[in-house]
Amino acid sequence: MTTLSKTPDAGGPAGTTEPYLEVSNLTVKFPTADGLVQAVTDLSYSVALGQTLGIVGESGSGKSVSSMAILGLHDARTARITGSIKVGGREVVGLNDAEMREMRGNTAAMIFQDALAALHPFYRVGAQLAEAYKVHHPSANKREARRRAVEMLDRVGIPEPASRVDDFPHQFSGGMRQRVMIAMGLINDPSLLIADEPTTALDVTVQAQILDLLQDLQREFNSAIILITHDLGVIAEVADDVLVMYSGRSVEYGKCKEILSHPEMPYTWGLLSSIPDVTSDPNTRMIPIPGTPPSLLNPPPGCAFEPRCIHKDKVPGDLCATRLPDMRPGGRGAGHLKRCHLADPDRVYQVEVLPEIAPDLAEER
Amino acid sequence: MFGFVVRRLLSSFVVILLASFVVFIIFYLGPSNPAEPVCQAAGGRCTDERREAIEKNMGLDKPVLEAYATFMKGVVAGREVTVGSTAYPCDAPCLGISYATGLPVYEELKKRIVPTVLIAIMGSLVYLVLGVVIGVFAAARRGTMGDRMLVSGSLIVSSVPYYLVCLLAWIYLTQQTSIFPATGYFPITENPFTTIKGLFLPALVLGIATAPTYARFTRGQMVETLGDDYIRTAKAKGLNGRGVMMKHALRAAIVPIVTIFGLDFGALLGGTIFTEFIFDIDGMGRWGLFALRSPLDLPVITATVLVGAFFIVFSNLIVDLVYGFLDPRVRLG
Ligand SMILES: Nc1ncnc2c1ncn2[C@@H]1O[C@H](COP(=O)(O)OP(=O)(O)OP(=O)(O)O)[C@@H](O)[C@H]1O
Ligand SMILES: [Mg+2]
Repeated sequence: MTTLSKTPDAGGPAGTTEPYLEVSNLTVKFPTADGLVQAVTDLSYSVALGQTLGIVGESGSGKSVSSMAILGLHDARTARITGSIKVGGREVVGLNDAEMREMRGNTAAMIFQDALAALHPFYRVGAQLAEAYKVHHPSANKREARRRAVEMLDRVGIPEPASRVDDFPHQFSGGMRQRVMIAMGLINDPSLLIADEPTTALDVTVQAQILDLLQDLQREFNSAIILITHDLGVIAEVADDVLVMYSGRSVEYGKCKEILSHPEMPYTWGLLSSIPDVTSDPNTRMIPIPGTPPSLLNPPPGCAFEPRCIHKDKVPGDLCATRLPDMRPGGRGAGHLKRCHLADPDRVYQVEVLPEIAPDLAEER
Repeated sequence: MFGFVVRRLLSSFVVILLASFVVFIIFYLGPSNPAEPVCQAAGGRCTDERREAIEKNMGLDKPVLEAYATFMKGVVAGREVTVGSTAYPCDAPCLGISYATGLPVYEELKKRIVPTVLIAIMGSLVYLVLGVVIGVFAAARRGTMGDRMLVSGSLIVSSVPYYLVCLLAWIYLTQQTSIFPATGYFPITENPFTTIKGLFLPALVLGIATAPTYARFTRGQMVETLGDDYIRTAKAKGLNGRGVMMKHALRAAIVPIVTIFGLDFGALLGGTIFTEFIFDIDGMGRWGLFALRSPLDLPVITATVLVGAFFIVFSNLIVDLVYGFLDPRVRLG
């Protein structure tokens, strides 16, 4: 198994180089008719240039809401955002719209899930790409913007880009549309790219191609990438760091290899157990996490995962139900943070969880 | 594209033909004897023999299909029409002879279609522009005081019956004051400028009274569109609010607006009845309305209904074509 160096790598959760993106105590609330939705609470993480942070969590855990806050994409009149988001050293929480626009699509770009819906159905692909370029290059003329659009389509692997540039989004396949979204995200060479489930709707081969493409482009431009996904398999392949979110909070955060080999939070165990893994031994059990996440309107006072947690009786008293655990280092160094009351989670994982989900791995020990 | 147009033209033609047949038999078989108005027009009651003679002259004794064939032959090639005991020449396209005037219906229709079309064009331009501008404005400020004021203001305007708006405008703006003194229809062949001036108030009233409907529809479409994913993409590009609103949201919202507009416009062309009646403009609507008075002028009624049907079918065709043009996902062909 991987032995983790005690001195954390650059860009890691306790990285030594200056991170490009630094999110601290980010909280996003939406007032609604039913009450205040606490979509994201007290979230902190950082990403350095050239690094990829994977964010995982169930639907509704606040992955999109937290990332959209970085670009200020929430309706300023309704969303209540507190905390700090620093992009390239600059605080963006509280920026006005004009200052925010300067950054959007330029130094920080986002590619969205469901490219068919995210592209305008009535404009040609080339026009949509050219527009993204021209917003931040006002002096560029039509020809230059178009040339740039074709160049980007070529870059993301669209065949015959010079003619496909005049197609409408519906004339592209799902994988090609997702490439168009990536091209649009990268057209102004951003230093930070947020990819919100860029491969969810695609088949496995196309998914692998898209991930390869993102990695290639990252190598080329040395940008910081946030990759949002439900899929821990994807995380294992491309992420340097992993942030696990549950019910609007971070519940585990650390180096990717570390988190995947020594997860310390029962929710992460649940996510690991629920990956259907076709390549491994057929004895492997895929165990879905029972129950559903709590309401974001009235979060429980204790750990949000407590009602679904099968390990809670290992914690003395009703600590899990009454006190929210802090995000703090577990037994494996300062670079690995977890939000759990369990005293020795690594042992529970190795003894109880691993034999269930990956018997062959457990036997090796 | 070409094939699509041809097919749609053919089916439109069939629809109009069917409509003409239905209209014809409704009046032919309807409760009121078509010969009766002729009797009345001739000054009072007819004896039974007299009525029979009139019916025979008018071809009312023949089976309905044969009568319809005669009618259609007249439309295509012209015919001689007998009303009462007088025979009138009626050139193609012959839609019959007006009982009231003894003139070919088609000739009368030609005169009256111009003011109606002008009112429809001018009025619909007013409500389209006004409605879309207000709707976009309200959608951009959705949830604010301004939005609520626009929405409730438009509800108030549209809750006043249209004929009342027309009547009040007529009384106060043309009779009590002379803000619009020369209101009415002045033949376009004489002085187009006077024509436009004369129809300005009626068109304005029509436009203002209909604008709230368009404002609310536009607002609804815009608000719906603004929730779409591609709007978020547009914002994420760094576009400013106006760019997002006009270039992305309105571009998508305009498609259903154009559809409704086309259909409404087609209906307007069939006759702007209240507007014409109150402002005393001799257009299709008023003509058809007057033809319904006793004695019924059946050929005129048939003609106005047919023209109305024609415009509706025609505007549907145009809407389909424009739709294919506005939405690239719709494949024509
Ligand atoms: N504008 C809003 N108003 C009220 N609630 C919102 C708003 N936007 C998001 N939410 C709520 O915030 C929570 C987090 O949503 P978010 O989109 O971040 O989830 P997610 O983790 O991205 O899920 P998925 O994997 O399904 O994309 C959800 O419960 C959602 O209903
Ligand atoms: Mg999401």
